[in-house]
Amino acid sequence: MAGKAAARAEAERLFAAFQAEGAVPVEAEILQPAEVLLDLYGEDIRARAFVTTDPLRGEMMLRPDFTVPVVQMHMSHGAEPARYCYMGEVFRRQEHLDGRATEYFQAGYEVFDRDDPTGADAEVFALFARMLAPLGLRAATGDLAILMAAVRGLNTLPSRKAALLRHVWRPKRFRALLDHYGADRPARALPHASDAPLIGLRSASEIAERLEALAEDAAAPPISAEEVALLDDLLDLTAPSTAALSHLRDLTRSLPAIATAVDRMARRLDALAARGVDVDTLAFEASHGRTTLEYYDGFVFSFHAADPALPPVASGGRYDAMTAVLGQGRSIPAVGGVIRPGLVADLGGVSC
Amino acid sequence: MLKIGVPSKGRLMEQCADWFAARGLRLVRTGSEREYACAMEGIEGVEPVLLSAGEITRELAAGRIHLGVTGQDLVRDKLADWASQVEELAPMGFGHADLVIAVPAAWVDVETLDDLDAVAAAFRRTHGHRLRIATKYHRLVHDFLRSAGVADYQLVDSQGATEGTIRNLTAEAIADITSSGETLRANHLKLLDDGVILQSQATLYAAHAAAWDDATRATLDRLKAKLGI
Repeated sequence: MAGKAAARAEAERLFAAFQAEGAVPVEAEILQPAEVLLDLYGEDIRARAFVTTDPLRGEMMLRPDFTVPVVQMHMSHGAEPARYCYMGEVFRRQEHLDGRATEYFQAGYEVFDRDDPTGADAEVFALFARMLAPLGLRAATGDLAILMAAVRGLNTLPSRKAALLRHVWRPKRFRALLDHYGADRPARALPHASDAPLIGLRSASEIAERLEALAEDAAAPPISAEEVALLDDLLDLTAPSTAALSHLRDLTRSLPAIATAVDRMARRLDALAARGVDVDTLAFEASHGRTTLEYYDGFVFSFHAADPALPPVASGGRYDAMTAVLGQGRSIPAVGGVIRPGLVADLGGVSC
Repeated sequence: MLKIGVPSKGRLMEQCADWFAARGLRLVRTGSEREYACAMEGIEGVEPVLLSAGEITRELAAGRIHLGVTGQDLVRDKLADWASQVEELAPMGFGHADLVIAVPAAWVDVETLDDLDAVAAAFRRTHGHRLRIATKYHRLVHDFLRSAGVADYQLVDSQGATEGTIRNLTAEAIADITSSGETLRANHLKLLDDGVILQSQATLYAAHAAAWDDATRATLDRLKAKLGI
């Protein structure tokens, strides 16, 4: 494995290449406020952040990535449109003895642009593909917006859709919920009161509300077998992008709710093709990105080495919703990605 | 010398001594009543080391003892990838303890992990923070909840009197060791139907990291023969 010096040198080359593309170099503090930001990453990173206590600033964490602090910085005083780049180390606890790094370099590129989001998707992906081309990596793409739109379009209770959307990032639980909502089952017989005194913060009215919600759910018809089958069809979709798009166009006839997201994918493929990406062979998986960072909500991509034991060499995606969370009312479409320079160096490096 | 860590006090120490005695090996105190020194009679080349159960787990991982008697709960929670660090030689049939998830008994709408997950989502919306689960078993509880796909919870550390944290409003649920369920009921808590994380008992472990030479290996073989394992 490449030493720290080699990883840093590679990071500096990538950082310079991003700046040559017109991105503004930015820094992020290593110590970040944990309480405000940690929730945005999702369970996996949340459990793996190094958290410590500062006597004045409370719970702080060693930055687990740059994207969240960069978004926070942009939302508080950034001019738009904006292109940022950064490099530095990130820190993640590892719970296994397989030698995965607890600190490693990232070099990244983020685009905040409300005029042409699909163009920005293509810009980031094409830039990464061009920079990483000497390594002969396998690229994979996906689009969480299509999956989310399909769930929102289901003909069922809003509470069921909310539960499914909440578990988009936990495929096993999503599957179990979908099977549960799709099955005809007898109502549960729950006692309406208990002899035990109520202790703790959760109130009697919260319990009553949940019992009502359960009764409402039991009274509602199951999600139809047709809709479950359509969703399964979508979840299992793995094909080269052009073929995937035409399959999604077919699906749109039965799942009109995904039409807008599929149109956006079509425009993205046009933009990618215009930038020289071969979309007839570019891999598309509708479920791609479901086990990564929870702030992605649209286009997602990753680049992989031949060795399946290695983590992705680069990854990224669109995170429009997070800009709203950190923007306190304001939001802006945003997309970006990171490269792991240490892995790039291991694979022979790139000269940009 | 083959070093074996054994619990240094209380009921666990007695049961451990009984377990070895039933197999023809006597753990005897040497020196004064208060001195933590001990010998094993009935076999040559074995040196007992008196330690607390928590320390035995740590010393096994460090390889400073060859064998050790400690709880499965401690090994699986404290050691990353425990199976690559120690080997379970024999479950010993005492020190039984279940690590379970419990919630207030008055939560009539919660019977399973599915319910807990749904309640965690609603709780976070209502209260603005994640549903807190008090425990000292962070790794076991986190791994269990992740594999069950439960979200929107956070673990808060509790090193003792964990059952009291809900009443004290520092947690909404707990994950703790119970042997009979008595303490849970007394604190107005109930088990989730699918909330058993681990059924633990005292277990004899061998440490991969210990210095194993021909002599200690031969001693281990003789010990295993005596113990019938």
